[in-house]
Amino acid sequence: MPHRRIGWVRPIAFVALLLVLWQFAVSRSSTHLLPGPWETLGGIADLVRHGLLLKYVTASLFRVTWGFVLAAVLAIPLGLSIGWHRRAEMAFNPLIQIFRPISPLAWIPIAILWFGVGDLAAVFLIFLSCFFPLLLTAINAVQRIPAVYVNAGRNFGLSEAGVVWRVLYPAVLPQLITGLRITLGVAWIVVVAAEMIAVNSGLGFLIVDARNAGNRYDLVVAGMAIIGVIGLLLDQGMRSLEGSKTLRWDYSED
Amino acid sequence: MLPGTVMKQVETKLSAQHIFMTFTRDGKSTPVLNDVNFDVARGEFLCIVGPSGCGKSTLLSAIGGFLTPTGGEIRIDGEAVRGPDPRRIFVFQERGVFPWLTVEGNIGFGLFKLSKAERVSRVAHYIRMVGLVGFEKAYPAELSGGMKQRLEVARALAVNPDMLLLDEPFGALDSITRLIMRGELLRIWREERNTVIFVTHDIDEAVQLADRVAVMSGRPANIRKIVEIDIPHPRDISSPRYLELRNGILEQLGLAHQI
Amino acid sequence: MSALAQPRKWEQYFWPLVAAAALLVLWNYSVVWTKTKVFPSPLAVERGIAELAHKGVIWAYIGDSLRRVVLGFCAAAVVGIPLGLTLGWYPRVNQVVNPTLQILRPISPIAWIPVAILMFGVGELTPVFLIFLSAVFPIVLSCVSGVANVPAIYRRAGRNFGLTAPQLLARVVFPAALPQILVGLRIALGIAWLVMVAAEMIAVDSGLGYLVIDSRNSGKRYDLVVAAMVTIGLIGLALDLGFRRLREFRSVRWGFRDGA
Repeated sequence: MPHRRIGWVRPIAFVALLLVLWQFAVSRSSTHLLPGPWETLGGIADLVRHGLLLKYVTASLFRVTWGFVLAAVLAIPLGLSIGWHRRAEMAFNPLIQIFRPISPLAWIPIAILWFGVGDLAAVFLIFLSCFFPLLLTAINAVQRIPAVYVNAGRNFGLSEAGVVWRVLYPAVLPQLITGLRITLGVAWIVVVAAEMIAVNSGLGFLIVDARNAGNRYDLVVAGMAIIGVIGLLLDQGMRSLEGSKTLRWDYSED
Repeated sequence: MLPGTVMKQVETKLSAQHIFMTFTRDGKSTPVLNDVNFDVARGEFLCIVGPSGCGKSTLLSAIGGFLTPTGGEIRIDGEAVRGPDPRRIFVFQERGVFPWLTVEGNIGFGLFKLSKAERVSRVAHYIRMVGLVGFEKAYPAELSGGMKQRLEVARALAVNPDMLLLDEPFGALDSITRLIMRGELLRIWREERNTVIFVTHDIDEAVQLADRVAVMSGRPANIRKIVEIDIPHPRDISSPRYLELRNGILEQLGLAHQI
Repeated sequence: MSALAQPRKWEQYFWPLVAAAALLVLWNYSVVWTKTKVFPSPLAVERGIAELAHKGVIWAYIGDSLRRVVLGFCAAAVVGIPLGLTLGWYPRVNQVVNPTLQILRPISPIAWIPVAILMFGVGELTPVFLIFLSAVFPIVLSCVSGVANVPAIYRRAGRNFGLTAPQLLARVVFPAALPQILVGLRIALGIAWLVMVAAEMIAVDSGLGYLVIDSRNSGKRYDLVVAAMVTIGLIGLALDLGFRRLREFRSVRWGFRDGA
């Protein structure tokens, strides 16, 4: 279909339209505090010139990676075990359901109390924000395995461990990857919030600092734009992982 | 023509001329229908039989107006088919009933142009006709496969269409239910006398139900032969004539009648 | 899943209680063993909750937080559902708009705070705006997805019966997509609750989020901090459970076979 080839033109045109409207709204406003697209670009250039862009992006990514990986390494095996044993799920589910709605940010005083102000507190917050969703994803993934797969495994004489390795893990993989992707997005959102409060580098810090130390709203919005783009890239990266052939068997829709 | 022969008045309901259908995807074109020609008389029960994937569902979709043929024309009552129309209702394999509506809600779905009183009485009539009395307020999730199929037929009939287009409607049912449903369908058809086009891959089903059977070839498909089933209803499925006709169709499709 | 015997009915209550008791015991003893002067024991938290209830503070703050969430969430639903349905209905429009949404979505509502304060000042509108922002994306996306996932058969049947496009949208597409839309709304409510806490920590001076920060800042009252956290958890859970109740309606129950 001829569509395919010009598939990028219209979305970009739409973004361009929004940028124009934004610029227009800013130039018409009486306060000249909120920056337009050009000023934002200028802000980004500024950051690059001072070598801050790379430094801050790296700092934020670093915290996300640590918190996310730690959460995954702990939550997934734990969640798979809990999902596998009915009684464990009965025991822990209510507790998880109570912890889950507590915003990671509500943990900030506790985090600072335990880890002081710094990277560790931020990583802890990210860890928390990823842990519960991943735990629930793993539990849910196990519960959704069709009983026929497990029965077939047992029918062929697999031991309990064999069923776990050769049926359970492959069967849950697609759902886990989707869960990881969504949770990575959450981690990225939380890192920004955590940095606004508990550290002194990173994109979240940039946003707070730029405002506090001189009302540099161009840097604020520049920071927001960069956050958005990186978040998008992370998401797309995970999606291509989901798309790889060996995982494809599960996908009927997003 | 012998003297005294009465000419049967055959009013043509549907006329399909030189139907071609080619699907193009990613630059590759797949011809599915290749010069299909046939007529359907008013009030007739026509079955279209063919192997899976031969294009019979495509043909039926074209008749229903959901697809436009790449070549040729389909005319119903002399009018060219341009799109879906409540005068010819499609019946799917029970997956077509709306799960968020009750039995009454489903049957009444197409009746939005009627007054409330008319709607209520018509819905009640068709609930009785398909044998779903007592299940008026039930949701499809609570019904068996056979009941859902009856519901779908009732929904289709409620708008009094001229034509019913059935696409392997009994395919998802077990074989016992299928036999029962065939009888039900014939019973209903005798009451309503719509024109019916019924697509199936089950040859026995076709010979049991139809006035005429159109046998389709494999892809790219056309109509190999139209067989007239001249056995009066109720048909004995062990009678020699039945077996003769059935075996004839099997041969048309290149299949032996011994396993 | 595991081959152990099927659990009995009473076990549904037994095991969570065991786990909760174990947690409380562990908590209590870690406080005692580490001889921490700051971190509260379970008992201290309970007393803290009582204190807040007694002073009436907790009820006022719960009311404030709930009010903000409800306002922001409803605004997000009112804007998001029609927008999502439209985008889902016209896939070409969606193709154009979607990349923009995907870029805006990862920008934490927290990052919007300076801009929000600039636009709305410090007051009620800022947290409501932030909540609105955080809830609107999941709602729009689940509506788009819900519409896209309506089986073609239903649309076909609708067209077959002679429905016009607006009728098709209202009588077939919307009811068919409703289960998925409800899931999106429930997720959005959960996110709204989380963001509310964050927004209150920064931009206002009442509410549960504010209570968390304030208890620490004015006097290191960690017992109140944890008390506030527990309250946040319980109410958030209640909101989620309440929403799950909506799935019981038979006109949507069909869409929830697996316990979404």
